[in-house]
Amino acid sequence: MKRTGVFVCHCGINIAGTVDVKKAAKELSKHKGVVHSEDYVYMCSDPGQNLILDAIKEKKLDNVVIACCSPTLHETTFRNASKSAGLNEFQCEIANIREQCSWVHKDMDKATEKAIKITKSAVEKVRRNESLEPISIPVTRRALVIGGGIAGIQSALDLANTGYEVILVERSPSIGGHMIQLSETFPTLDCSQCILTPKMVEVSKHSNIKLMTSSEIQEISGYVGNFKAKILKKPTYVDADKCTLCDECTKVCPVVVSNEFDLGLTGRRAIYIPFPQAIPATYTLDISACPGLLPIACGKCADVCEPGAIDFDMKPEIIEEEVGAIIVASGFDLYEKEMMGEYGYGKYPDVLDGLQFERLLSASGPTMGKVLRPSDHKEPKEVVFIQCAGSRDPELHCPYCSKICCMYTAKHAMLYKHHVHDGQAYIFYIDIRSGGKGYEEFVQRAVEEDGVLYLRGKVSKIFEEKGKIKVWGVDTLAGKDIEIDADMVVLATAMRPSEGAEELAKKLKIALDKDGFLSEAHPKLRPVESVTSGMFLAGAAQAPKDIPEAVAQASGAAAKAIAILSQERLFHAPTVAKVNVNLCTGCGMCVDVCPYDSLSLKDGKVEVNEVLCEGCGTCSATCLRAAIQIRNLTPLQVSEMIKVSLGG
Amino acid sequence: MAEEFEPKIVAFLCKWCSSAGSDLAGVSRMEYPPNVVPITVMCSGSVSPLYIFSAFKRGADGVLVSGCHPGDCHYIKGNFYARRRIALVKKLLDYIGLEPQRFQMSWVSAAEGKKYTQIIKDFVQELKPLGPQTKLRSNS
Ligand SMILES: Cc1cc2nc3c(=O)[nH]c(=O)nc-3n(C[C@H](O)[C@H](O)[C@H](O)COP(=O)(O)OP(=O)(O)OC[C@H]3O[C@@H](n4cnc5c(N)ncnc54)[C@H](O)[C@@H]3O)c2cc1C
Ligand code: SF4
Ligand code: SF4
Ligand code: FES
Repeated sequence: MKRTGVFVCHCGINIAGTVDVKKAAKELSKHKGVVHSEDYVYMCSDPGQNLILDAIKEKKLDNVVIACCSPTLHETTFRNASKSAGLNEFQCEIANIREQCSWVHKDMDKATEKAIKITKSAVEKVRRNESLEPISIPVTRRALVIGGGIAGIQSALDLANTGYEVILVERSPSIGGHMIQLSETFPTLDCSQCILTPKMVEVSKHSNIKLMTSSEIQEISGYVGNFKAKILKKPTYVDADKCTLCDECTKVCPVVVSNEFDLGLTGRRAIYIPFPQAIPATYTLDISACPGLLPIACGKCADVCEPGAIDFDMKPEIIEEEVGAIIVASGFDLYEKEMMGEYGYGKYPDVLDGLQFERLLSASGPTMGKVLRPSDHKEPKEVVFIQCAGSRDPELHCPYCSKICCMYTAKHAMLYKHHVHDGQAYIFYIDIRSGGKGYEEFVQRAVEEDGVLYLRGKVSKIFEEKGKIKVWGVDTLAGKDIEIDADMVVLATAMRPSEGAEELAKKLKIALDKDGFLSEAHPKLRPVESVTSGMFLAGAAQAPKDIPEAVAQASGAAAKAIAILSQERLFHAPTVAKVNVNLCTGCGMCVDVCPYDSLSLKDGKVEVNEVLCEGCGTCSATCLRAAIQIRNLTPLQVSEMIKVSLGG
Repeated sequence: MAEEFEPKIVAFLCKWCSSAGSDLAGVSRMEYPPNVVPITVMCSGSVSPLYIFSAFKRGADGVLVSGCHPGDCHYIKGNFYARRRIALVKKLLDYIGLEPQRFQMSWVSAAEGKKYTQIIKDFVQELKPLGPQTKLRSNS
């Protein structure tokens, strides 16, 4: 008969305060097969672990049960201790008598009785555990990065510079994300394009980076270390290798549509380059705007293209790639215009959002860096900025704080003053949140040096009258009503997960939080990991954040991915499904329910792919004959656990 | 006065949500009656009908199966299978004549320590007036 040792921890008074640990140890020593049972004040301490080690050796124990805190805390500690005494790690089980017992009960007799049952249940389990070694799987040592904003760019460069191949997938025609649209960046007022474009060029030149723009993820399968990605590469109808950027095509293209790069403040042709520094440096034909690819419909661009770069026959391609780790950096979008009707957004041309204002400030923007009203191209002398437009409003809009708007609004007001010296900037705010290095000083600078007027309160009404935008609100600090005849209004609209984030998350099988941002595995301790192993998160896709934070998280995610790619093999829990071929009739019921497609029928019997199997046990509950079971949690084990849990 | 009847309950908790939720109840020092002995399983989808019958046969007065919220299962869809399977078991138990209150399924996430506490309290309260379960208990 197997020799079992039981160790009951007091956890100071955390357990001993409600569970009579001496009595428990004594009762357990009478249980069948238990040859050693003792209690100790802190089992996890060094002397505590030594007690276990010594007992395993002296009493020749085959397995041990530690009755202590939740296995999420010290299972690894005690399994390692058991290993160092020569036991297989699965010969050690934890009985949770703290979180699930001593901490939730007051009656000592009853809590003790329950603790004994819980521990006996673990004893019955461990006595039937198989000794198993982790399953080893090879690693595909390349990575996939989804999204080519600053976060995706940073992750890709970190990985590539460490020596790993990276596939960077961006759905728009150029990388750069939102950062490339910004003018200058808080708190240092660096020119955004000037600091970003060198990185973009590095991506395009890097021998380890395969850049795929105008591309989207179609399907992801596989598991950590061995993912398979199907990527849809959409046709751009322009051969990037032949295009010389001569710009002849746009001169003849008859179609004008709204230019997304300038957020509708300018127009562009159906054939266009997103912005002069676009990477890859090439033109793109926007098929949704082009009247048709047939020369009959138009074809003017192809006629003038000297190098013959325009190819109307280009077809969508599906490209398959194998990678070991995935980083998702799909970024953000601003809160939909339609939602901001209360502020006249979308109704009055001089009510703008923050990104549009960035374009007005940008030296490469539609006004070459002059702040002019879209309606009449006059310089606005009174500008009202409204913070929290759509944020922190659980009733009507987004409940969360978009985090960066306080800072970029201070920046906007400051830069506006740098352009229009005799102008006045007003900011309506609820609170100023300026946590960050140099951030509070930045806001102070806006007030002190640039005379920005901060008004604490909400705007109640915005309407147009005689060429002015009337802004009515209250200053809650002064307790006064305020009326401003503004020339321009800028809304700091909420940051939202980027369009299509939900669909992407479904394809990747990763979770979203209540606001639709990608969910991290643990809000404090695993902030760059997703719940799916081998998939990591970076940038504003996970939560609203500014550039330094996006970059830090991107490097963190790259480091996590490198931790996988740097290994030749990965190890996988061996508690997977196993088949008793004598019982299996080959009915295939388990094959249909397995969430990981790990089962297949071969010669009338089911077979387990141990690398794919996650050990969920759905198959075992489905099999009518108990022919498929999970190692170390078999129906026999559970049945014995039930028995002792009921006092049998 | 005779001692009040204390129902014996076995709870199958999935490791990723409900077991973690019951841990949180502990960490938050919530209090609930000690009638339940928890058995942690990998997923609610791994709870075979045999486990439920076996618990009743061995004298459980009530059985609880608790997993992640629909859509949140760590194994993607294990709890959908659990839900279907458990509906069938419920029908079967009904047919046999077991009081329907004796067998329950719940969704408790890792953040819902309070919900777990409430479920256990309510379950014990509901079972008390029913007295011991004898329908399926084997006499051995
Ligand atoms: C008005 C405004 C002003 C700002 N000013 C500053 C500032 O001064 N200083 C500062 O630090 N921060 C500032 N920020 C914040 C800054 O823009 C963000 O922190 C930064 O852009 C986040 O980078 P990202 O890569 O996470 O996301 P994004 O920049 O949104 O990039 C995401 C990329 O992923 C692509 N993508 C999305 N979905 C998919 C998909 N399914 N498949 C493939 N590709 C996809 C997108 O096309 C995009 O290229 C400002 C933001 C705004 C709105
Ligand atoms: S359900 Fe059971 S009997 Fe049917 S194929 Fe799977 S293991 Fe074999
Ligand atoms: S345990 Fe889960 S993952 Fe493994 S074969 Fe069974 S159903 Fe599939
Ligand atoms: S893991 Fe919790 S129900 Fe499947």
